[in-house]
Parts: sequence; structure tokens; C-alpha cells
Amino acid sequence: MPAPIRLRELIRTIRTARTQAEEREMIQKECAAIRSSFREEDNTYRCRNVAKLLYMHMLGYPAHFGQLECLKLIASQKFTDKRIGYLGAMLLLDERQDVHLLMTNCIKNDLNHSTQYVQGLALCTLGCMGSSEMCRDLAGEVEKLLKTSNSYLRKKAALCAVHVIRKVPELMEMFLPATKNLLSEKNHGVLHTSVVLLTEMCERSPDMLSHFRKLVPQLVRILKNLIMSGYSPEHDVSGISDPFLQVRILRLLRILGKGDDDSSEAMNDILAQVATNTETSKNVGNAILYETVLTIMDIKSESGLRVLAINILGRFLLNNDKNIRYVALTSLLKTVQTDHNAVQRHRSTIVDCLKDLDVSIKRRAMELSFALVNGNNIRGMMKELLYFLDSCDPEFKADCASGVFLAAEKYAPSKRWHIDTIMRVLTTAGSYVRDDSVPNLIQLITNSVEMHAYTVQRLYKALLDDISQQPLVQVASWCIGEYGDLLVSGQCEEEEPIQVTEDEVLDVLEGLLVSNLSTPVTRGYSLTAIMKLSTRFSSVNRIKKVVSIYGSSIDVELQQRAVEYNALFKKYDHMRPALLERMPIMEKTATNGPTEIVQTNGETESSVVETKHLPPVTQPANQANDLLDLLGGNDVPVIQTTMPTKPASAGGELLDLLGDLSLSGGPTPAPAPSVPSSQPSFLLDGLSSQPLFNDLATAAIPPMTAYNKNGLKIDFTFERANPNPNVAVITIHASNSADADMTEFVFQAAVPKTFQLQLLSPSSNVVPALNQGTVTQVIRVLNPQKQQLRMRIKLTYTLKGSPVQDLAEVNNFPPQSWQ
Amino acid sequence: MRFLLLFSRQGKLRLQKWFTPVSDREKKKVIRDMMLLVLARQPRSCNFLHWRDLKIVYKRYASLYFCSGLENNDNELLALEVLHRYVELLDKYFGNVCELDLIFNFEKAYYILDEFLIGGEVLETSKVAVSDSMEEADTLQETMEEYMSKPTY
Repeated sequence: MPAPIRLRELIRTIRTARTQAEEREMIQKECAAIRSSFREEDNTYRCRNVAKLLYMHMLGYPAHFGQLECLKLIASQKFTDKRIGYLGAMLLLDERQDVHLLMTNCIKNDLNHSTQYVQGLALCTLGCMGSSEMCRDLAGEVEKLLKTSNSYLRKKAALCAVHVIRKVPELMEMFLPATKNLLSEKNHGVLHTSVVLLTEMCERSPDMLSHFRKLVPQLVRILKNLIMSGYSPEHDVSGISDPFLQVRILRLLRILGKGDDDSSEAMNDILAQVATNTETSKNVGNAILYETVLTIMDIKSESGLRVLAINILGRFLLNNDKNIRYVALTSLLKTVQTDHNAVQRHRSTIVDCLKDLDVSIKRRAMELSFALVNGNNIRGMMKELLYFLDSCDPEFKADCASGVFLAAEKYAPSKRWHIDTIMRVLTTAGSYVRDDSVPNLIQLITNSVEMHAYTVQRLYKALLDDISQQPLVQVASWCIGEYGDLLVSGQCEEEEPIQVTEDEVLDVLEGLLVSNLSTPVTRGYSLTAIMKLSTRFSSVNRIKKVVSIYGSSIDVELQQRAVEYNALFKKYDHMRPALLERMPIMEKTATNGPTEIVQTNGETESSVVETKHLPPVTQPANQANDLLDLLGGNDVPVIQTTMPTKPASAGGELLDLLGDLSLSGGPTPAPAPSVPSSQPSFLLDGLSSQPLFNDLATAAIPPMTAYNKNGLKIDFTFERANPNPNVAVITIHASNSADADMTEFVFQAAVPKTFQLQLLSPSSNVVPALNQGTVTQVIRVLNPQKQQLRMRIKLTYTLKGSPVQDLAEVNNFPPQSWQ
Repeated sequence: MRFLLLFSRQGKLRLQKWFTPVSDREKKKVIRDMMLLVLARQPRSCNFLHWRDLKIVYKRYASLYFCSGLENNDNELLALEVLHRYVELLDKYFGNVCELDLIFNFEKAYYILDEFLIGGEVLETSKVAVSDSMEEADTLQETMEEYMSKPTY
């Protein structure tokens, strides 16, 4: 058998292929040759063949038949063989294949090899792709090497230990003795990897964290030396000495100083020094400053330092380098809750970033702008944001529109301004408005009673201009249906009333019904609107005619409505006025979580954007059924109301429409303390765990832990529901510190006789593992007799396949919650 | 760091390093997504992206894109420095490195990477130390080849 062709030869040949088919042919031929060579157990050329296989693997061709060959290479005595063998193992094998376990013995031998480069190969491979079983078997060897004096091996062993700890956290204790004098090393490689190891240990275990706090002075000293020492050619990057090490030390300091006064104080000076002395002309310096700012914001630093940090971010915002502006916006987003005022100072710069050409920057600037809106700057900010809405790319419009609605609702200086803003959004970005905004808007409009005439007039005028934007058309036709009488009678106070006859209004509505631009949902809205006008207008015959025409419409929804309305005219005419009278003001129901914009990545396809939205509030089946079982002997009546399921289209019957609207709560006045999904919400990202607004809302009543067992922790947070001071609104937050998700999670509660309880639907019924997210649910308790609040709760969930049920009494309610 | 990818403007993969266990199908998907995202970027836009729950940092050097996926608490600006350092190491080793060097000597690119990063973390912060270890390891290999009096591959 002639010698197999050499690697470079093969690469050259394959590159001459002119078509994909030609390349595939060459590859197949070579693969066949390699396979037969493997079968012959040829030791001499195995290395060459595996190398070629790896090349073909990179081109995208299957190479699994080389896995065992890699193992044989690793077992060989030759260094070259081992090198390719380990590379192959890292590329072709992973913990999913059982085959990888065969490596364990080889690695163990190589970890004790006489040549440090072989030991290095073994450490590297273990540190990159070692599975939990391998890590368990070999942790002892790694620990031994961590104590060696050979710095080449020591640094590799440290990172290998990091990997072991990530895979098998229980083994962390094992490495503790070896860390004793890691920081007294002179070698930067060892120093760096040691800091990484310490960081990993501190992040994973609070005990380790308190143990390593004593290292803060040493770390501060090392950092100081790095900054103060002169030029060191070996570690210099653009005039800064070993930036990688500096950043890692800053990160470790951040973890050690968080929540600890003494440590934070010990690092104040060095942080100030780094913040003021670092060169900012190159990216390196800015990387260090960025890390410093993150550290300052996270530890208990003094206020002067915090202001310094925010100012650094402000300076970043003015930097020419896009990356730095982006990073500044992201960090400001994280700090806007805790240091709101300081960030406000940079508001104008942030708003300018809305006009930046870069997509990533625009998105961050938009999110930050929404976070900065408050009662004082609402008018100015809204002007900028509406301008942005007009000119931005379509991918932003939906989020921007939702954000505008939210901000307007929270801070509208006047009702008229509010309505005007809504109109502006509907007319400029109407087709991008989210479907669930329509019911929200309708509710808003209903609630501003004095503005009805003005609203309907403006909407009517907008309809005359443009009927293509469905959300606008839907809101407008609903309003015309409700307030058409105000429109025709010209009662508007806010602006010049327009002269409009009943026929003109009906023309417009009928126009919507026949237009090709209208979706079926819109048609439904307009038909219902026309019907409502039959009690408000005098031209009933015309309406009767329209309604009867649609009795034979192809669209089943329209047909059903028309037929029922017809029946109203014919057989139930006496009921018609009562049924079609003005809607009462709808009470806003509290939702389970904030509906503000979630941090989406506008750069990807819309399907990815969809998954980032908060999961829609699901309506579980009636939870009241088993509650009486809960209570054993006690005879405690429980009142549960379940929400009727939300129909897919915006309401079938008139009555459904009413039910539909009452479900769609607007956003709560204060955002709930934790977001019920594992995706980061920009309000709660990172640095501080307490959002500013939450403090204001629950300042009166402290939160409490109601239940904490088997990894499931349930916290209660309280709010007073306005206007009824006897109603306490409790939000439960369920979190799960076990290492598996809790599925089918159901929370039930019962209260003594003198109370009334209403349980709203939960955010989800899966509590993610390892505290990655929480499930929230809102409970409303009516306590008219101001008795001490007690509650019995029942929890059911499935953990690792087995169902779990538990009962508990909650008696430790803070007095303010029921007094 | 979760992964590091090198690919050309034409969408050819030149290096892939995964620091967490990922299935083959998932790897292909990630590679495809990264290429789509990064190659579609405007020339002077910022080097950071958001994708799934990761921060993506990419930099173009001549005809190659260096693309890495970071965890949420990693420092993006430093990641740019890491990518730059890797390029410098390649440059020192190959002498004015170009894409062809990485094509024909891909295994060396991996070896250099393994002397610089392990498990996604920086192993050695000194350029000199990395090139020294590469040199010594290569010598070990060559000695073997001389002994066997034929090229290994």
C-alpha cells in the first residue's frame, strides 16, 4: 500500500476543486483510503491520516470514524502523535459519546509524564472538554499539579481546576489547600489563572467567598504594583501593564466587595486610582475603566466614587469609538435604577445616541431613554422618542410604540396630552403596534371620560385620512361605536368641533367593512360599532340593512355577529338599548409582571425576537376545586375567581368583548420585583437587585419569606390596592434553587372566614432550576374586619419526574399588611 | 468565553473552538447563525451583538472574521483585546500571517490557541511566554521527525 498522501498535499488538492461536487468526490476518495488505512492498524501513518481527517471535518464532512484512532494516537509514545490525538479528541469527541471515557486512563498517565508539554496537552484537553466522570477521576491529579513549582504546569492546572469545578461543583473543597499561596506567585500566567480560579470558587460558594475576603489587601497590592510599576516589555499592551490581569483582579474585587463594607472600603483607594490614572486613548485602557466602573457600581462604594464612575460612563458616551459608546449605554442601563439622578444628568447625550447610525447603539439608547423618562422630563423626552419612532427602522417600531404607551400611561401630564400621544403613535407607527395594545388603549380611552368627545373626533379624522393601519382602525371604530353620538352632536370642547352627519359616519364604518385593507378582526370591530350606533343614531333602518346583509357573509365570525344582531332587532328589540348602552369604566386588573419592553436583539430575525417577549399570561383551569381539602377540619370558604379564557380574536360576542377588555390589565404602577422569566429584563439586569420604583411602592410593607423547603422558596411582597384600603395585593415569587426545573407548579391558598381571597393567574407553571427565574402570581385579599392575616398554602409540583405536594401555614405576615 | 470561530468572508470556516459541550447539529446552527449575523454587518458598525443570551464580539482582520461568544458577565472590550492578542501570536509565529497560513497549518493555529486559552479563559498574558512554549513543543516534534527520518504528516 503506497504511503498515504501528506496533509499539505491533500489541502492543496482539495483547494483546486472548482465545484462542490468535485470537492465532495475528492474527499470521499480520500476518506475511503483513510478508512482502509485505519483498518490495517498502521501505526506510522495514523497521525497523518487523522490530521487529514480533521481538515475534512473542518470543511463540514463527517469524521466520526476517526474517534477511536484519536484515542490510539493519544496512547502512543510519540509526542507528535499525542499532539494530533489530543487535538482530534477536542474536535471530534465530547462527553456525549461514551467513547470519550476511554481517554481517562491515557490522560491520567500523561498527567504524570516526564515531559511538561505532554502534561500540558493532557491538562489542556481535560480543561476544555472533560466530562463530569473524567473530572471526578482526575481531579486528584490536577490538584497535585496545582501545587507544583513549575509555573507552566501550574497555570494550566489552575484553569483545568476551574473546569473541574464548573463540571462537578462538589469537588471545590478539594482545591482549597492548593490555593493558599497562589497569589504570591511572580509569574503573571499563574497569577492570572489563579485569580480566575479564585473568582470561580467565590462565585459558586458563599463560604469560599467569606474565606477569601481576607485576600483583598493582597489583591489590592498586586493591582497597585501593576499600575505603578514601570514599563515591562513582556506584559505591556499599548503602555498598560498586563491589562488582562488587571481586569480579572477588578472582577474578583467586585465579587469580594459586594455587600461587604470592610472590603469595599479597602478597595476604594485603588479603584479611584485606576479610574483616574488609566490611559483612555486606546481600547485597552477603556476595557480596564469599564471593568472598574462595573466594580464601583456593585460594591458598597462611597458616593464620590460612584459619581466618578457615572461620569466615566458619561465620557464614554462622547467617545468616537462606537464600541465604547455601546458599552457605556449598556452599563448605564444597569445602573439607571440605583443611581437614577446621576444618569439623568447625561440624558441629553443619551437622547442624541438615538440618532446614531449604528443599530446596536440605537437599540440601547432607546431602552435607556425609556428608563430615564419621569414626570419632569416626559414632555421633552416624548418629543424625542416620537421623532425616533417616525424615523427608525421597522424592527424598532413595535418596541418603541409599546414603550411610548407605557411611559405615557405612567407620566402623562394631562389626559389630552395622553390621547394626543396615543394618536400620534397610532397614526405614525400604527401597523407596528402590538395587538395587545388595542384593548389597553380602549380601556384608557374609556377611563378618560371628559375626553371622549375629543378622542372620537380625532380618531374619526384620522380614519378619514388612512384606513390601512389596523390597530388605529380598530380603536377608532370601537370609539365611534361607543361615542358616535358625541361626534355627531359636535360636543367637542378641546378643539373645533367638526360637522359630521350620521350618514357620513356610517359611510366610513361601512367603508371599513368592504375595504380590502381591513382584516377580519377589524371588520368585526366595525360591524359591532355600527350595531352600537343603532341606539345612538336615528337612522336605524340603514343599520338594519347593513346588518342583515352580513348575515350571509362568507366570514363565519361576521356572519355570526350579523345574525345575532339581526335577532336583536327582530325578537329582542326590547333588550337592545340595555345591551348596547355605554360601556362602564373598566377597572384595571393588576398583571403579574411588567409589560415593558424586554431586551430584544433587533439584529436577528423576527422569530428570535418573538421568543424574547415575556410569555403571555396563561389561564390555568379553576384552582379552587381542591382548596377545601387543604383546610382539613376548618370550615373556611374560599372565593376564587377565574379569568375566562381570552379568545384568540379580539372578542366574538359583545359580552366577550367586555370580558376581553377587563382581562387586559395595563402595566402595574410599580413593576413587580422580579421578572417571571429567565430572560433578563433590562430593568433588573446585573448590578443592583432592588429596582428604584419597587422601593417606593412597597416602602410601607416589607416583603417576607412564606415558605422555604426542598429548594422551593416562596416570597411574598405587598402593595396596597387603591382605591380600596382593605384590599392587600400580595405578589408571590416562587424560586427554585434545586438543580432541576419544577414543572406543573400550582400554588393554592386559603384564608380564614372573615377574609376574601382572589387568586389571579400565575406567570407560568415551571419554576426554573438554580434560581434562574421566578414564577409570580398575584393574590388579592379583602380584609374588611382588619383581622390578623393568616393563610394556608398548598404547593404541588413535579421535580425530576416525581410529584411533590406540600402544605404550609403562613403566619408571619407583617402587621402593616393587615392593619 | 463559550466559543471562538474564524471564518472568511465567503463563509468558509477556518477554525472552531468550543468551550462547552455542544452537539454537532447545534454547532452547525451556531456557525451558520454567526456567519449570517456577522457577515451582514455594516463595515463601520460596533463590534458587539446580542444573540440569544450571549454577547457576540467579532473583529475583522484582513479576509478573516474572528468571532467569539461571551457570557453575560464577560468584559466585551477585553474580549476585543483577547482576539487581538491571538492575532498577534499567530503573526509572531507565522511571520506576517495571512489566511493561507491558517488554512495549511490549521493544527498549529489550534496549538497556539491552546497555549493562550484554556476553557475559554486566558492562560498566559505574556506574548513571549506563549511563543517560547510553542517553539519548544515544535522542537520536541521535530526531534521526533528527525529520529524517524521522515515527515510526520
